[in-house]
Parts: sequence; structure tokens; C-alpha cells
Amino acid sequence: MIWLIGLGGSLGAAARYSLGIFINNNYRSKPFPLGTLIINISGSFLLGLLAKLYSANEISAAVWFFAGVGFCGAYTTFSTFGYETITLIQSNKAVIAGAYVLSSVILSTVTAAIGFAIW
Amino acid sequence: MADCMKVLFVMLGGFIGAIARYSIGEWIHTNNGFPLGTLLINLLGCFLLGWFLTFITIKKKIRTEYTLFLGTGLIGSFTTFSTFSVETIRLLQNGFLLNGALYILTSILFGLLLTYLGVKLAITNGEKGVTN
Repeated sequence: MIWLIGLGGSLGAAARYSLGIFINNNYRSKPFPLGTLIINISGSFLLGLLAKLYSANEISAAVWFFAGVGFCGAYTTFSTFGYETITLIQSNKAVIAGAYVLSSVILSTVTAAIGFAIW
Repeated sequence: MADCMKVLFVMLGGFIGAIARYSIGEWIHTNNGFPLGTLLINLLGCFLLGWFLTFITIKKKIRTEYTLFLGTGLIGSFTTFSTFSVETIRLLQNGFLLNGALYILTSILFGLLLTYLGVKLAITNGEKGVTN
């Protein structure tokens, strides 16, 4: 089981890294950290859906550990969110930092709830 | 460094980070339904990433693969936003509104505080020359 979490985690980290580069190269949102926001929102939606499927016995424990705990857990990140927020505050962009924190918390929990509710 | 090598370093870190998150989460169990495990994992990861990213900015000579392995891969995968979101929704759905609000506030406020303390520690040590 621990290997499935590790395997899912390595794929989740690779997806976060690749998508982050893609978003930064294609959408000029700076200084707003759009990449991490999109990653955390989409990962929260997917984990909400997987949590519902797992609690309804629609997916096995193996799928949950691989895709839920491993992939979604590693794809989304709290530490980068914290670091980006502190960096914004330190560059006197407190309004953008506030918008980033609020949009991250509100949109991620709302999409997690949607993922939970659509099944 | 080739792009595929960069991804491999991120994946290696992600492998270890995800397993560490699960292991520590299993170890910290609470009976009152408050997600203390994820909270402590995210706070620890915030402090470590704040310290690490500032440390490498000061040092400048750190090789890219260390940043990708430890920062993007390991610490990035150790902490999680999706579990935080789903646990918040679970608390709210089960009627634990106060715990849900408390979970959001402690995660955000202490997460930012610990990131800041990590950054400060790296700067202070850098000025003292401890990082050498």
C-alpha cells in the first residue's frame, strides 16, 4: 500500500511541476500565483470526488491510496501556497496576497464540495 | 540539465514526500475528528519550505536538482491542499462548523507565520555566516 502512495505521489509531483511550468509560460498572471491556484483547485475537486467514491465503496482501497492519498495529496501543495503568499506580502503586494489566500481557500473547498456532491 | 532529468528529481522527492505525509498522518491520530495530522504536516512543511527556498537564494550555489528534489518534490508533496479542502468540507457537512472554521484559520494563520519564521531563520543564519 505504501508503494502505491509513493507511486501516486511521484506522478502527482510531476504533474504539479509540469502544469506549473505550462501555466507560467502561457498565461501572464504575475505576480498572482495562478499556477498553484489552478493546481490546488483542480486537485481539491478530484480528491472530493475520490473521497465520495471511496466512502461509497465504488473504488478499492488501492485506487484510493494511489490516486487520492498519493496523487492528489502530492499534486496539491500547501507549503508553496504559504511561500508565495509570504513573498507577495514581503514585496508590498498585500492586496494580491489577500486575494490569493481567499480565492485559494474558498474555491478549493467549494470545488471539493462539488466533487463530493456530483456522484 | 535535461528536462526529463528535472522531472525525475521532482518525482523522487514526490515519492518520499507522499509516503512521509501518510506515515506521519497515521501516527498522529485524534479521536475528536479534528484533522490535527494534516495541520501539523502542513505547518511543518511551510516552515521547512520557507527556510529552504530562502537558504538556496542566499547560497546561490545550490544545484538545481536539490531544489527540485527537496523543494518542489519532497516538501511540495509532503504538504497538501486537497486533503485540507476535503477535511474542511467533511467537518462542515457533519455539522462541526466551529471546528471547520478553526481548522481553516489555524492552517492559514500558522502556515503563513511558520513560513515567515523559516524565511527569517535562513536570513538570520545567512547574515551570521552559519549557512557556510
